[in-house]
Amino acid sequence: MVFACRPFFENIKMTKKTILNSAHRELGARMVDFGGWDMPVNYGSQIDEHHTVRQSVGMFDVSHMTVVDINGLQAKAYLQHVLANDVAKLTRQGKALYSCMLNEAAGIIDDLIVYFLDEKNYRLVVNASTRDKDIAWLERQAKGFDVKINEKPTLAMIAVQGPKARQKVCPLLPERLGLAAAEIKPFSACWHGEWFVGRTGYTGEDGFEIILPEDKAEGFWRQLIEVGVNPCGLGARDTLRLEAGMNLYGQDMDESKHPLESGLNWTVAWEPEARNFVGKQALLAIKEQANSDKFVGLILEDKGVLRGHQTVVLEDGAQGEITSGGYSPTMERSIAFARVPANIGKTCKIDIRGKLKDARVVKPCFVRQGEVQI
Amino acid sequence: MSNIPDDRKYADSHEWALLEADGIVRVGITDHAQELLGDLVFVELPEVGQQVAKGDECSVVESVKAASDIYSPVTGEIIAVNTDLEDGPEAINDSAYEDGWIFTIRPSDVTELDDMLDADGYQNLTEDE
Repeated sequence: MVFACRPFFENIKMTKKTILNSAHRELGARMVDFGGWDMPVNYGSQIDEHHTVRQSVGMFDVSHMTVVDINGLQAKAYLQHVLANDVAKLTRQGKALYSCMLNEAAGIIDDLIVYFLDEKNYRLVVNASTRDKDIAWLERQAKGFDVKINEKPTLAMIAVQGPKARQKVCPLLPERLGLAAAEIKPFSACWHGEWFVGRTGYTGEDGFEIILPEDKAEGFWRQLIEVGVNPCGLGARDTLRLEAGMNLYGQDMDESKHPLESGLNWTVAWEPEARNFVGKQALLAIKEQANSDKFVGLILEDKGVLRGHQTVVLEDGAQGEITSGGYSPTMERSIAFARVPANIGKTCKIDIRGKLKDARVVKPCFVRQGEVQI
Repeated sequence: MSNIPDDRKYADSHEWALLEADGIVRVGITDHAQELLGDLVFVELPEVGQQVAKGDECSVVESVKAASDIYSPVTGEIIAVNTDLEDGPEAINDSAYEDGWIFTIRPSDVTELDDMLDADGYQNLTEDE
């Protein structure tokens, strides 16, 4: 057998390390190169790690992700220009919004979360693998706006996810922040000093993403372990987000794809008409043509495993492609996202190593809050 | 490092081959291999009666992370496949050298096994990786 099918087995080159790197190695994590970062893919069984998040609580080191603060008099106007979703929707302090950042052709440069601190200050969390181009793009688009782009490379980030996440995290936070964090609504954040707690995540479960000073990260990580929060690797993070119907940049979309063919129509704010964000004209033209591919979920009816790049065959012989696929530990069968011609029916075939297997076409959201949605 | 049984031979592609008393060769993947792959979720077994040559891709194991081809360590005919793996592929994680065997083969030339690594040779290989 050959271990070269996926980047999980690439030799570790000169990779970047998060502040928790030695803590992961101490725990016996299997480390892999993930977008230039040396990250834990699993500590023990990936499937056990998946279940622990669905049923109880687990945590992920996501310090490789990039935090960028947008500060200045025109922060709001700038973000209304650079993001496809509209930050004017954010009126309550701490509220978060998911958005794509598009190029002029409506290709997706990145997907991100933006938090509203106040009219002059917003915080973005962008992907690790796209850091350099994101910063360059944000800087370039800032010309003519009274804003500063401030990357925060000395912050760590830990995601604690699962139905028991909040009860485990709140008592460990600096005093007043713990009380505030217990009160915040989903998709909102609170902060104190450099500690920043968002009730957000990438698993389909309740929980927090905690941004904190690097020098506090290891202590906080160890405290979480002491109260019974299990460390989980990026492997479980991938199966959890797949079940939850959340796209992964670089797999489900990139600069050659626009939001309408990536299942992200809901993230594009068309109104108010007067707002002209980058990529809007191109996207309007695409919308007019109305022949975009569709983004769907698939459930494999036969045995086997759906994987990215497998071919989807429609009844009329037309073809599509799986963007992300894998094994769903919750459903105990294989699931996937696929980009397919819009006329796809309720079933299709998938070419797995030359054999056509039966699959069912569903909405790309399989599991939320521990419950199967299909 | 896991314990590597010295009763069998190993391929540098991480299969093991055990010559049994009746002249049949039993094949599986090593404990080191299952550890690298992570939780196994599907095994595509070869067909009983299928003729395979040494080095042929004749089976696929899929874990939560990746799909990997299994190469036949010898030339011959597939005699039996481990159908327990169809519903319980995790047997390879739990018992790579015993319950997790994948297929047996009647070798046409048993000396092909001589080219394979012994337990010490395989141990060295995995340490170099």
